[in-house]
Amino acid sequence: MQDLGIKVLFMGNNFWRLLMGMWITIRISLISAALSVVFGILLGMVMTVKHPLIQVLTRIYLEFIRIMPQLVLLFLVFFGLTSTFGINLSGETSAIIVFTLWGTAEMGDLVRGALISIPKHQYESGRALGLEPIQIYRYIIIPQTLRRLIPLAINLVTRMIKTTSLVVLIGVVEVVKVGQQIIEANRYTVPDATFWIYAVIFFLYFIVCWVISAGASALEHRWKN
Amino acid sequence: MGKKEVLLEIRNLHKDYGNGPVLEDISLQVEKGEVIVLVGPSGCGKSTLLRCINGLEPIQGGSILLDGREITDGKTNWSQVRQKIGMVFQSYDLFPNMTVLDNVLLGPLKVQKRQKAEAKAQAEQLLARVGLLQKKDAYPRELSGGQKQRVAIVRALMMEPEILLFDEVTAALDPEMVREVLDVMLELAESGSTMLIVTHELQFARAVADRIVFLDGGHIVEMDDPETFFTQPKSDRVHRFLNTFVFASQSQERKHSESQ
Repeated sequence: MQDLGIKVLFMGNNFWRLLMGMWITIRISLISAALSVVFGILLGMVMTVKHPLIQVLTRIYLEFIRIMPQLVLLFLVFFGLTSTFGINLSGETSAIIVFTLWGTAEMGDLVRGALISIPKHQYESGRALGLEPIQIYRYIIIPQTLRRLIPLAINLVTRMIKTTSLVVLIGVVEVVKVGQQIIEANRYTVPDATFWIYAVIFFLYFIVCWVISAGASALEHRWKN
Repeated sequence: MGKKEVLLEIRNLHKDYGNGPVLEDISLQVEKGEVIVLVGPSGCGKSTLLRCINGLEPIQGGSILLDGREITDGKTNWSQVRQKIGMVFQSYDLFPNMTVLDNVLLGPLKVQKRQKAEAKAQAEQLLARVGLLQKKDAYPRELSGGQKQRVAIVRALMMEPEILLFDEVTAALDPEMVREVLDVMLELAESGSTMLIVTHELQFARAVADRIVFLDGGHIVEMDDPETFFTQPKSDRVHRFLNTFVFASQSQERKHSESQ
């Protein structure tokens, strides 16, 4: 009877190490996503200002981030900043910076779209009540915008989680890297570990993204009423 | 009438969007408790005038005074002024993310910083007055157009404004729902509210107004009490305007007599 490769999971603390790797992935994604939401909302609000200079600058930022592959951005921040300016950032910090830059751009565009889809009369009704602009945003515009944004933002966050697998290339040991290490270490004793480890990684990604999507659906459902 | 105090005064107001004047040399005094109805053909500037009064549109000349204080001098705290000027719009823009009760409480709680219990009691009383107390926990999308518009009126009333502006509030409603909204406005007028109403409902205008102001092409063409306005209009323009309505009813009468 052949040994199943899955046993490699239960050797030493391999499974725990994979979970820890996943935690790094989640941590980078969630911090970046949280920052992206905050900056993205601000950027989106700025993008609705009808000023030519602001429009051009935000457009350039958005297009630049979209055109650049995330990997190139990662290298630019991780290696570029060190070699050019002597700023020495850890891989994880670089990853958070890049994913926040990317997420802010994408989120900003989503927020801009959601904001301009809110009728002008909503703002005017708020003004007519004597609300200050910041209160109009806080109580009227942002709640409505968020409802329209949730499905789109969740899509962005799950894309972000999946794209974090790139950070291996700047030396961050996240779930994929841990998996590779386990496979390498057991190359001779458990040759078919590859399949099992990647299957487990697949399920870890799946569970995380599924939980997030389920949470979003629950929110959407609650906000329907 | 002459002894009453002037609440709102518009002096030589000039409004221009950049391609010719929309309002030219408009002067109007609104006394406390007075109901003024603005009528006129579409695009004559009626709605724009209301929007200028609560600062939704900047003006290019003249001045507007509320309680004798100029509010168009650029130093105005509009948040404070707008609490005194309630406005209801044609498209009854309730906030869709809030219940009826939260819609009407937003201003009192966030702008006027009133106590929740006290404001809520007033909200329930006003909602009951317009017959919508049982809908207080409903969301706007669960209401009919007429119900939404009545909630919008309550939302404006909650701020305890000194003057109410109504911008074609029944124009977007189904005919059967117009009445329920007009009844609320009539009741407000009878209870002594100062109101400035833009409407195309001439029957209602005649019933509710203390004075009718006829605007055309950005000018005040005629200003009179409703009886004089409807029975002996001074200008040819008003005569023609009213005739379009009279013609419709005459042809209806003819049809009635033909069918009998």
